[in-house]
Amino acid sequence: MGDLTRHRARDDAPMVSPSSTTGLVEVFRRRHLLGLLVRTTMKSRYQGTLLGWAWSYLQPAVRFCLFYFLFQVMIGRGAETTPNFAIHLFAGMVIIHFFTETFNGGTQSLVANRSLIIKLAMPKELFPVARMLVALWHTGPMMVILVIACVATGWRPDMVGLGAGLLGFAVTMSLGLAVGLTFAVANVYFRDFGKVAQTLTQFVTFSVPMMYPYTLVAERFGETGAHYYLFNPMAEAVLLIQRCFWTGSTDDPAATAAAHLPDDLWSRGFVMLGATLLLLLLAQLLFARLEKGVPERL
Amino acid sequence: MSTVISVEHATKSFTMHYHRSLKQIALAKARGRQTSDTFNAVEDVSFTVGQGESVGLMGLNGSGKSTLLKLISGVMQPDSGSVLTRGRIAGLIATGAGFDLQLSGRDNLWLNAAILGMSRAETARKLDEIVEFADLGKFLDTPVTYYSSGMKARLGFAVAIHVDADIFIADEALAVGDRPFKRKCKQKMEEIVAQGTTMFYVSHAPGSVRKLCNRVLVLEQGRLGFDGGVEEGIHYLHYDDDDEDTQTADDGLGVDI
Ligand SMILES: Nc1ncnc2c1ncn2[C@@H]1O[C@H](COP(=O)(O)OP(=O)(O)O)[C@@H](O)[C@H]1O
Ligand SMILES: [Mg+2]
Repeated sequence: MGDLTRHRARDDAPMVSPSSTTGLVEVFRRRHLLGLLVRTTMKSRYQGTLLGWAWSYLQPAVRFCLFYFLFQVMIGRGAETTPNFAIHLFAGMVIIHFFTETFNGGTQSLVANRSLIIKLAMPKELFPVARMLVALWHTGPMMVILVIACVATGWRPDMVGLGAGLLGFAVTMSLGLAVGLTFAVANVYFRDFGKVAQTLTQFVTFSVPMMYPYTLVAERFGETGAHYYLFNPMAEAVLLIQRCFWTGSTDDPAATAAAHLPDDLWSRGFVMLGATLLLLLLAQLLFARLEKGVPERL
Repeated sequence: MSTVISVEHATKSFTMHYHRSLKQIALAKARGRQTSDTFNAVEDVSFTVGQGESVGLMGLNGSGKSTLLKLISGVMQPDSGSVLTRGRIAGLIATGAGFDLQLSGRDNLWLNAAILGMSRAETARKLDEIVEFADLGKFLDTPVTYYSSGMKARLGFAVAIHVDADIFIADEALAVGDRPFKRKCKQKMEEIVAQGTTMFYVSHAPGSVRKLCNRVLVLEQGRLGFDGGVEEGIHYLHYDDDDEDTQTADDGLGVDI
């Protein structure tokens, strides 16, 4: 038996509140548990399917082919104004999908894990964070398909572009986690927030320059319109991703970037990262205040 | 003997919402009905427990036993007063452990162990022992949804008892187990009490409390009605009146330990 190895708290260890946690910091200390939650969430996702994880490649591949035939072959959209429109659209979709999955998954995460939360003590931030990591994992297959399409059209990775992509993902990650945390706990109090999250994510799809080029915004709403349009962190993130993949896939990357991206793309990007990190901090503070009431309301 | 649990004037109140939607609330308000009601499930409870004590927590259904154990295990926080503990806490609260019903028994085993603070290496080392104790056979790899309540209790107890906890909580956990399993659990609990683990044991069976505990707390509508010796506690509850039948019929295992 394990008697000899039996662990004992030291007599001089301080008495602590058994429910105290340090929030997100503690989540990253408990990586083993976080890893298990990520794996089990993904497992139940493809449960009962014959193809299993192959679906995560099939779905985006089919979607990309559809876009390609619809927009580039059939409609021939934007051959001169927006070259490689399918990549323009798909690059945006990769990051928007990451955001909406983090947002919606995070919102449902506490309610979905009710049976664990009402019986066992653990930092509840674990659940929204696990959903974000699952969403991040799911962008992997989409990335693979995006890169294949990009390489086929002459794209080669450049350091500046990769930096833009990373910055875009960092902004999306902190914003997604911030809204995920907030809505997760709000959804426990009023399930209406789940519906609100779904509605908002639909709105997000149209509020970013992927189904239409960014130039269209300035064209229709003027300089001031475009200025306010870019206050949306996801619009900024999509432009950063397009700097990473789309501009490089066109015949004249420099010209495309000059024509289709705002001049202050980078400075805006860093300001957005700061702003979304601040939002994340506020979300964590709100979560810590409200999570006390979660087990009894589930 | 060092203190491992200290509860001071702890109060936990619950709000019962009779209506959830705006329409229902507005209608109820218009008719002058109450829309919600607040009551104390645990009220101004104070006590301390030293290391190695084995406490029997008794009281009628709804007297706040599970709520008190949720405060001690950190699932809930008191609205006022304080609950402080030292060391690792494991156990089962209310019938059935926390499981993700979609997952297999084995996945839940790993998940539960990790939530209770066991590392990957520790779980791997004890895996065989836990699996053997749960004794679920081939059902270990089927989703927990299909488990009977007894099977869930087996798995939950098997994991919890193998955590090297300083405080072990058993809340009517065994009520649904079959007799051979109950006996195995009792034996294991006696073992960890002998090793100096602090125990919180909820039971309505005087026989098993007598056997396992050296102190009894009695909750009455959320208040601590009694704190003292085992015999006095059982007498306080008048549970000793019909004790003889239970004893003979159940050799101390109790009807529902
Ligand atoms: N989450 C909750 N919301 C509202 N009331 C609750 C909740 N949990 C428990 N209660 C109520 O608190 C009281 C004490 O419950 P409990 O601690 O489970 O009692 P016991 O374990 O002694 O049977 C009961 O009246 C129960 O209905
Ligand atoms: Mg109970």
